[in-house]
Amino acid sequence: MIEIRGLVKQFAGTGRPAVDHLSLTIPEGEVCVLIGPSGCGKTTTMRVINRMIEPDAGSVLVAGRDVMTTDPVSLRRSIGYVIQHVGLFPHWTIAENIATVPKLLQWNQARIAARVDELLELVGMEPALYRDRYPRELSGGQKQRVGVARALAADPPVMLMDEPFGAIDPITRARLQAEFLRILRGLKKTIVFVTHDIDEAIRMGDRIAILRDGALVQYDTPEAILAHPADAFVESFVGTDRALKRIALLRVDAALEPLGSPSPPHAIPADANLRDALAMMFSAGVDALTVTGDGGAPVGRLTLSGIRERTRATDP
Amino acid sequence: MLIVEAWQFIVAHPARFFGALYIHVALSAAALGLAIAIALPTGVLLADKARATLLAITAANIGRTLPSLAVLALVMPILGTGFMPSLFALTLLALPPILINTCTALRQVDPDMVDAARGMGMTRAQIMRQVELPVAMPVIFAGIRTASVQVVSGAVLAAYIGGGGLGDFITAGIAMMAMPQLLVGAIPATLLAIGADRLFGHLQRVMTPVGMRAR
Repeated sequence: MIEIRGLVKQFAGTGRPAVDHLSLTIPEGEVCVLIGPSGCGKTTTMRVINRMIEPDAGSVLVAGRDVMTTDPVSLRRSIGYVIQHVGLFPHWTIAENIATVPKLLQWNQARIAARVDELLELVGMEPALYRDRYPRELSGGQKQRVGVARALAADPPVMLMDEPFGAIDPITRARLQAEFLRILRGLKKTIVFVTHDIDEAIRMGDRIAILRDGALVQYDTPEAILAHPADAFVESFVGTDRALKRIALLRVDAALEPLGSPSPPHAIPADANLRDALAMMFSAGVDALTVTGDGGAPVGRLTLSGIRERTRATDP
Repeated sequence: MLIVEAWQFIVAHPARFFGALYIHVALSAAALGLAIAIALPTGVLLADKARATLLAITAANIGRTLPSLAVLALVMPILGTGFMPSLFALTLLALPPILINTCTALRQVDPDMVDAARGMGMTRAQIMRQVELPVAMPVIFAGIRTASVQVVSGAVLAAYIGGGGLGDFITAGIAMMAMPQLLVGAIPATLLAIGADRLFGHLQRVMTPVGMRAR
């Protein structure tokens, strides 16, 4: 869906390129997280995709079309854009803000009004209550909901999101992450997501691209990156608790064993993650749990050694 | 009573008084209109150019320090006397506050908002017209308000270079030591200045977008 080839960008007055021969392919319908320390080139890479930044060399293809030969204004209207500080227009109502791109595309009023209500519902804001309010009447989390609704307004196949939850308190952030992941996955959008928070990257990404000094260090699924960091930099970047982060990505049924008897007294649903299962074992002081299926019926057992076995199996 | 005598003067010479009042208002309004027509587009054109903006603001600030009388005195040898030179001088007087406020207001527009607007596919002109100008409008109108008061009070001095207006009564009143006649010029001129301040203060509130008004 998005193909970046040999991208180079150096800003005037800087010693080294911000992005240095970077190539990356993002499959359709996936969330690709660009992550790395500040100055690694993640935001620059993202902003080249909608031509907010013009590269020095290399090419970017979106759905097979070279963005450099596409008119930037019409290109940007076809790509959703969400930034950390949202940038809502204070003099426009919430409805008018969401309608920005549809208005630019000259949709008729009835279609715009229907779309605005649909999007407010989608991001969990009662249309009748919020439609005619102004941005300053909203909380930070609500503003970002509107920011995402605004980016989704013309139903773009591609979304660029630059640290969208960076300025939001941790509790609201976790809720928004979960909620937007559900919404965006449901819509099958191809998403480029920039963050510097590795936990957010693991939670949100189908794939994570780790950048350093403008180059791609590792590009893989969260589980693969946690299991096999490419080098010492990635290993330190993902953190010393990467084993714990990794088992949080695995479901209980990935380490399922036959139930046997007697069945352990403590039970956990099959779709819970192994990290929660481990926490339950530690707090209950047991080394086996009964795994329950959809209806709550036991489907097998989970043991400490089984978890250890499962996580070791994929280690090199 | 001086005020009563001033009133009697007006009743005795209605044509002279209303003629002067008309010239005073026309001169002020024309000067303010011209200044807006020059300063506002200049500010918009300079919006993207940080160094040119700084230069313009500096020049305008220097212009601002010139006393109104000095501006008139400087204009007279070049343009002579009458309505047009007065109009020119008053326009010069009104330019700095409008230009400074337009430049500052546009520079203070939240860069994230402009980035979002650009990233959604607004053209440069659309961003200026739909986002930057409406958001900057309250501050721009504050500049116009300041300029209006300066122009209405400055117009009194136009009498010195034959521009007419209420200043005629003041200069004549001073020359003849006739206090009532002086007040015939001074009181309406003061009321006009206060009125201009109130009018543009009201317009400033009206021009502030609803979503940005103080509650």
